[in-house]
Amino acid sequence: MATQQTTTQNLTLVQAVRDGLYTEMSRDSDVLVLGEDVGKNGGVFRATEGLYDEFGPDRVIDTPLAESGIVGTAIGMAAYGLKPVPEIQFMGFIYPAFDQIVSHAARLRTRSRGRFTCPLVVRAPYGGGIRAPEHHSESKEAFFAHEPGLKVVIPSTPHDTKGLLISAIRDPDPVVFLEPKLIYRAFRGDVPEDDYTVPIGEAAVRREGTDISVFTWGAMTRPTLEAAENLAEAGVDCEVVDLRTMSPLDRETIVESFKKTGRAAVVHEAPKTGGLGGEIASIIQEEALLYQEAPVERIAGFDTPFPLYALEDYYLPSVARVEEGIRNAVEF
Amino acid sequence: MSTLQHDPRDQVRVLDEDGEVVGEIPDLSDGELVEMYRQMRLARHFDKRAVSLQRQGRMGTYPPLSGQEGAQIGSAYALDEDDWLFPSYREHGAGVVRGLPLKQTLLYWMGHEDGNKMDEGVNIFPVAVPISTQILHATGAAWASKLKGENRAFICYFGDGGTSEGDFHEGLNFAGVFDTPNVFFCNNNQWAISVPRERQTASETIAQKAIAYGFDGVQVDGMDPLAVYAVTRAAVEKAKNPEEGQRRPTLVEAVQYRFGAHTTADDPTVYRDAEEVERWKAKDPIPRLEKFLRNTGRLDDEAVDGIRQSVEDEVAEAIREAEAVERPEPSEMFEHVYESLPEDLREQRASLEALREQYGDEAFLRE
Ligand SMILES: Cc1ncc(C[n+]2csc(CCOP(=O)(O)OP(=O)(O)O)c2C)c(N)n1
Ligand SMILES: [Mg+2]
Repeated sequence: MATQQTTTQNLTLVQAVRDGLYTEMSRDSDVLVLGEDVGKNGGVFRATEGLYDEFGPDRVIDTPLAESGIVGTAIGMAAYGLKPVPEIQFMGFIYPAFDQIVSHAARLRTRSRGRFTCPLVVRAPYGGGIRAPEHHSESKEAFFAHEPGLKVVIPSTPHDTKGLLISAIRDPDPVVFLEPKLIYRAFRGDVPEDDYTVPIGEAAVRREGTDISVFTWGAMTRPTLEAAENLAEAGVDCEVVDLRTMSPLDRETIVESFKKTGRAAVVHEAPKTGGLGGEIASIIQEEALLYQEAPVERIAGFDTPFPLYALEDYYLPSVARVEEGIRNAVEF
Repeated sequence: MSTLQHDPRDQVRVLDEDGEVVGEIPDLSDGELVEMYRQMRLARHFDKRAVSLQRQGRMGTYPPLSGQEGAQIGSAYALDEDDWLFPSYREHGAGVVRGLPLKQTLLYWMGHEDGNKMDEGVNIFPVAVPISTQILHATGAAWASKLKGENRAFICYFGDGGTSEGDFHEGLNFAGVFDTPNVFFCNNNQWAISVPRERQTASETIAQKAIAYGFDGVQVDGMDPLAVYAVTRAAVEKAKNPEEGQRRPTLVEAVQYRFGAHTTADDPTVYRDAEEVERWKAKDPIPRLEKFLRNTGRLDDEAVDGIRQSVEDEVAEAIREAEAVERPEPSEMFEHVYESLPEDLREQRASLEALREQYGDEAFLRE
């Protein structure tokens, strides 16, 4: 008898979300999905397409339009032994659930001294660049990374998306899983059909280099890699690190890379002030000060509300801005 | 008994689906009635053109309103000059009635910040995309107006889905407690994207939720513009001049249907069947009012033709004007963030300008 072979599929990032949900729901009958339009409609981005037909209305649940309700009831379900995966339709609409996420999901374990836990995964598409209406483009991962008790994950490839989502669902603690909707369908990648995990808390070095470490995540990974290739032609050898988990940060990989290059830039689309770029710069200060040859360059969204789409291309770090920032750090 | 003291399960109607009179015609002049009809035609035509602009890549995602003109125009028409309107994101028709130029609505959905800037004297709050958040603002503004001793009404629009958010409860509860001059106008169009009205609440009607807040709730045929007008007018009058023992706020549930997609990004065939859409199309508010106006000698072929031409011209002109507006200067995103721009934001703005200078706009623009 032939040994069973892992077959791979060529999926987009959003299809990998769906595949991750499908895989875990098939494996574990405690996993369920709830949110706005996730059922019959299959999600406004089709991230839950077909799951309603596959698993039925008790496990793929169209809820009333109420984010606090969605996450708050998911907390009760999680504490009671289920593994809910609530979807928030866009990150910009997560705020009604903010109280439930930070005051309760993040702290139920602490507050009950371990009697209750909250193994849920709040999924939400985030980020700009899709010509979306107002409030549909924000990147506020730092709000959640700031909250002890939560894990925050942002994948940038289809392979990682499925593996990280499965890890998140199996994680005993609450995870905020943010999906870069700009690249939901931008490209395809190989994704194993079986279940597999990509560990939470581990960064991935996407490009090795010696001159500067560039830390990024989510949809900014691609323009950063493009900038790195452009700079390579000009003789600047960038190391590009895709952090993948915003909390807990992979300090080891950050520090290791920095010790090698002595220079760093961080690229994120969230506003600069209070963004995770500052946290990464601090880690470098704390752990590798003596290796530091230049200030850490932050290439980020501006400290303005995310503009309506006529100007969003100017708001988001473009390849040119990334290159410019990297050059500043290298030429310091 | 006032129009507002109906059993909330009992829909107020003035015209039936054939435009026959089944209720009391509100006190509107012939000119006003014809103008209401014209505004509805304008909204319908605007909607058709806006959807087509989006399809042609000349506009971003757009939320259509076809089917909802009766509720929008009927209600906005019932406001007095000084009253205020708090929209959700679909009230392009109500906006026009209250002095919001179509060009503004186009600009907003074309991604220009200026689309949300109401001219002085236009008493309309900016579009509210986060569902039901505007309800609290409308309550607060109405409350402030009352504290100032004014006599104004504040209408606030939201959807059937919007009644599920906590903000709906909080807004109506405050309004009841502080007896604020609000008209909470629920556009119950049966769907919140793909989620049917029954999934939002197990309550038989939305109108009856008002009972729990201690004020009137009334359900109206939202595809009957005259019934909507009559109910809203009564609610506006009560908000300003309640009789002894009456509470100022009212919850109006206007039962209606959106004929098209939720937005241009939505495909309604996934979740609702064509038969349902056809059933509701038979209630279309526009032919309904037109039949009434023709039957009563207020409108003839010639006038209808003139109206068709005038709305087409008006929409075409608005599109011309909106498309003639240039892409805003990138530095505009730094404007109006604060009254005076902090130093580090000035620096960020300068860095953006320097980069544009150095690399050109091509380095920023994608596609
Ligand atoms: C707080 C919040 N959650 C989710 C959304 C996404 N969303 C936009 S419109 C909509 C459905 C709204 O339905 P309803 O209130 O019935 O209004 P309608 O669009 O039908 O007029 C949803 C879920 C949002 N805009 N804001
Ligand atoms: Mg609705």
